[in-house]
Amino acid sequence: MTSVLFDAPGPATRRRHRMYSLLGTVLLLAAAGFVLWRLQETGQLAYELWEPFLTPSYMRALLVEGMLKTLQMAFGSVLLAVVFGLVFGVAKLSEHGWVRWPAFVVVEFFRAVPVLLLMFFIFLTYGAGEGGIGSYWSVVIALTLYNGAVLAEVFRAGVLAVPHGQAEAAYALGLRKSQVMTSVLLPQAVKIMLPAIISQCVVALKDTSLGYAILAPGLTEVGKSIFQEFSNQLQAAIVMAAMFITVNLLLSALATWVQRKLVGERKPLTVPMVGRDTSTAI
Amino acid sequence: MDDVISNFDLVLQAFRLTIELFVVSGILSLIFGTALAAMRVGPVAVLARAGALYVALVRNTPLLIVFILATFGLPKLDVQLPFFVKGVIALTVYTSAFVCEAVRSGINSVPLGQAEAARATGLTFTQTMSNVVLPQALRAVVPPLTSTMIALAKNTSVGAVFGLFEATARMRYFSNNNASDRTLIFLTFALGYVIIVELISAAGLGLERRGRVAAR
Repeated sequence: MTSVLFDAPGPATRRRHRMYSLLGTVLLLAAAGFVLWRLQETGQLAYELWEPFLTPSYMRALLVEGMLKTLQMAFGSVLLAVVFGLVFGVAKLSEHGWVRWPAFVVVEFFRAVPVLLLMFFIFLTYGAGEGGIGSYWSVVIALTLYNGAVLAEVFRAGVLAVPHGQAEAAYALGLRKSQVMTSVLLPQAVKIMLPAIISQCVVALKDTSLGYAILAPGLTEVGKSIFQEFSNQLQAAIVMAAMFITVNLLLSALATWVQRKLVGERKPLTVPMVGRDTSTAI
Repeated sequence: MDDVISNFDLVLQAFRLTIELFVVSGILSLIFGTALAAMRVGPVAVLARAGALYVALVRNTPLLIVFILATFGLPKLDVQLPFFVKGVIALTVYTSAFVCEAVRSGINSVPLGQAEAARATGLTFTQTMSNVVLPQALRAVVPPLTSTMIALAKNTSVGAVFGLFEATARMRYFSNNNASDRTLIFLTFALGYVIIVELISAAGLGLERRGRVAAR
């Protein structure tokens, strides 16, 4: 795009660009240097504050009780969300208004409400105290409802992305509505949707960190107990961020690979935003 | 529920803080995000790479951890700020990365042939940009930006964990005090969020309609 907007740069422009590069590098280095200087000045680079993250037992806690639990919660809720999304996504495509409209309301509601609000409600009402489901399941259920609502939109868009002729041909062969859906449309739609589902795992993984607010297990909870003991909030947050970034980048790479493998050069699925009347859109 | 009705001003106050957080960090992240996008599509390689690194790092970090860095991390560097400012910083740092991606994808969505045709008819760079590329890019940017702003409005709720008494924190407060009415309290606050989200969505749709080209 940028290459066709202007003629090939001449010597003066190239010189100017070199100057910008130099200026940009100096500014970025200055900013990084300033942060490092502040860290040094306030003693945040001291070895004691970083030591827990070089200690095998703490690292094991972060990885096993932290990351593993977080991954468990994220994948668990995505699996449940796929079921939720499948049911409500197909319901939103129904020809019967009494099926379509309730599904529409449920999906819109859970997409519009903040996950944290939902999590607090579930935890306070059903999770806390004796006989409650506990904070772990409060997080999983809140994430299931939110991600399920998003995935319902993804399923709907995925089924609509299957070429019209497919359904018409299936009807012409005499298949019933449910047969058209289960044996013609859904198998083809899943291929288109898989990258979007994997991307949703990244969202779910990031949102599990909200369990921090209701003392749910997971990476942020382990990190919290470490930074409360050593008072190294900054260092703990940086280490946790690095762990999240690593896992998320791996997941994104997987999504891109699946996209290329299954869908090819086609554009990734786009999902209409919240508050858009999807019964008339598209 | 009587408690909520008799203290309805507290509910409104909480939503006012939610909206303030949304508006202030929304405007700031639109500014920073657009600047980042300009860096990423611009001709200076260093800035383009720095922008890409920022987006990759921030987009993959949970907002909660950005909040921990802003609320607990900044004081460690002897930077003392009120909770509201720290919340705005966290939300802006996080949302800017998403605004950048929305704007960049908008610019990239203008077909190459458009710019080529404009250049071929002899338009200069400024004319190409202002008459051909930007008008189309701005239209393409509205839907993803609306989604980003909706996400921001919902994300202000994370402030509840970090000393901001906005709507989500207020719901927790009412729920703790009125065990029997938790569902109604939840629905009241959820409705508030739904209204905010629908308003942003309607604003986005309005912008889209205004910019729509008659014939396609």
